[in-house]
Amino acid sequence: MIRHRLLFVLTLLLLLIPLPWPVAAEQYNYIDISNPFLRKTPMAVPMFKAAAHDPTAMAAAKAASELLVYYLDFTGYFTFSDPAAFLEDPQKMDITGSGIRYRNWTAIGAELLVTGGVVIRDGDAEFELRLFDTVKEKMMVGKRYRGSSDDLRQVARRFCSEVVFAITGSRGFFDSKIAFISNGSGHKEIYLCEFDGSNISRFTRHNSISLFPDWSSDGRWIAYTTYADKGPKIRIQHVREKRASWINKPGLQAAPSWVPGRFELAASLSFSGDQEIYLLTGNGKIIKRLTSSVGIDVEPTWSPDGKRMAFVSKRSGNPQIYIYDTFTGRVQRLTFEGRYNTQPNWSPKGDRIAYSALRNGVIDIFTINPDGGEPIQLTENQGSNEAPAWSPDGSLIAFSSTRGGKSRIYVMTAYGTDQRRLLTLPGEQTNPKWSPNILNP
Amino acid sequence: MKRKWIILAMLLVIPAMLFTVSCAKKAVVSEPATTDTTAADEAARQAELEKQKEIERQKQLEEERLAAERAEQLKAEAIERDLMMAENRFLSENVYFDFDTATLDYQAQELLKQKAMWLQSNPDANTVIEGHCDERGTNAYNLALGERRAESAKAFLVNLGIDGSRLTTISYGEEKPVDMGQNEEAWAKNRRAGFVKE
Repeated sequence: MIRHRLLFVLTLLLLLIPLPWPVAAEQYNYIDISNPFLRKTPMAVPMFKAAAHDPTAMAAAKAASELLVYYLDFTGYFTFSDPAAFLEDPQKMDITGSGIRYRNWTAIGAELLVTGGVVIRDGDAEFELRLFDTVKEKMMVGKRYRGSSDDLRQVARRFCSEVVFAITGSRGFFDSKIAFISNGSGHKEIYLCEFDGSNISRFTRHNSISLFPDWSSDGRWIAYTTYADKGPKIRIQHVREKRASWINKPGLQAAPSWVPGRFELAASLSFSGDQEIYLLTGNGKIIKRLTSSVGIDVEPTWSPDGKRMAFVSKRSGNPQIYIYDTFTGRVQRLTFEGRYNTQPNWSPKGDRIAYSALRNGVIDIFTINPDGGEPIQLTENQGSNEAPAWSPDGSLIAFSSTRGGKSRIYVMTAYGTDQRRLLTLPGEQTNPKWSPNILNP
Repeated sequence: MKRKWIILAMLLVIPAMLFTVSCAKKAVVSEPATTDTTAADEAARQAELEKQKEIERQKQLEEERLAAERAEQLKAEAIERDLMMAENRFLSENVYFDFDTATLDYQAQELLKQKAMWLQSNPDANTVIEGHCDERGTNAYNLALGERRAESAKAFLVNLGIDGSRLTTISYGEEKPVDMGQNEEAWAKNRRAGFVKE
């Protein structure tokens, strides 16, 4: 398995020979940037070609093309043509650039076409995958991957990442995970899963109350608040190794937030007698205090460049979101509507801050431009919707919702479309937090 | 026949003789001491009486002592009970808050004054003040708000002269509601500062 993975990484490095047509900036105009989910781009993904006499290859081809459709559908950018309407026989058509009959695809409404071929050689599967623009009649992405059949998901994700990059200019979220809280065991513990809710594993076993997980930007550490040692204390825990540190200060330690690109985090501590937000090293040592205002200052979240930090403060009498500028030291109020705006989460794209607002006893999710302006409401009349967390490309938002009675984790696009439940687990799930893309876990 | 008579006679005579002897002996002993013995007897009786009286007195004393002891015990038990009740009241009566505030209203302040009195009369008792919130609102903010509630209760007690080192605070935010209901009555019960012995 290790050998295979190594081989696979080598394959990625050496065999990822881009076929012609490198991606260029002028190709990013496929998606309406203001709302790419308003009009989804129709795409056709015929089953990948494989030698009819090789059942292993056929199975891999079928599984890979289905997985690709599933992953690409998850982005919310595309609709998929019904295979029954195809004018071409997927197993007979030419999958390379030269032989594509584009008009057979535009005729059924597909503006994008993915073709693939699978060959099994020495037990490894070799995939040849391409993305075509059927309107402009040209290839946008061409990649060749080799790996064991265990690496199928990885291959599909790599290619999806290429497709999304070609279409939107951003790498997507296919190498990301989600951390969340579930009380299914009788205690609130932290669980991890893949971006699509699959492969759920339990991360903490404190038999206590654990809350507010947050991923470091290399994806290797999760900081969270726990009552495991009386508490509420912040524990900074390695995702894979048995390494952890605590912040050696008395009092409350709430809701940590890692600084993008640095081994540093911000958190609200009350050891001085008043809650203030501090900047800390990744080992839990205080670097400096960031806020200075009597009363509640909590829930920091960083702009992607690490220069600004949004947070919740009660300094005006009720909880509102403020932005702290690390250079000028100035603090400016961001939210003015309503009397209860909390849970800010700054998009990794930088352009929006998602947060939740309590109005008439119900909590709903909004986004707002960090420089101010009108908030946009994303959830409505569907129970309480809390704790928005952006995907690493800023295209999706994970959140918790009580629309089905109990609190569960849901996902929607940045514009509030395509709301769907992410996973099924006993108990209630809350506080989702998306990881960055983790390429070398 | 003759033997029968002898046996009969013997049966009659021997007890008679025995009777006479014992009578005679008694008369011999008691006759000369008649006057003397009555005086001694009287003295003995007096002594006996005195002794009885003394025993009675001691018994009464003992009973009185026991009664006093019992009363004392009852009193101690009553005090103990009062103390226990005071402690229970101290531990069970929560300070309540309005939504999204850590401000102490009149009722909360009156209750905290009672708690301060208890803390003053129990100088060895150290207390943890737990701050709680209702389920409305969001959990990180509620964690912060719970701490403010516990801290404002502590600050009030410290202002009344309680040593701050005897009081520690912890916030549970919205994690430990006492009433799971989703109405104002339940929420009002959950917005509280509770007191726990350290």
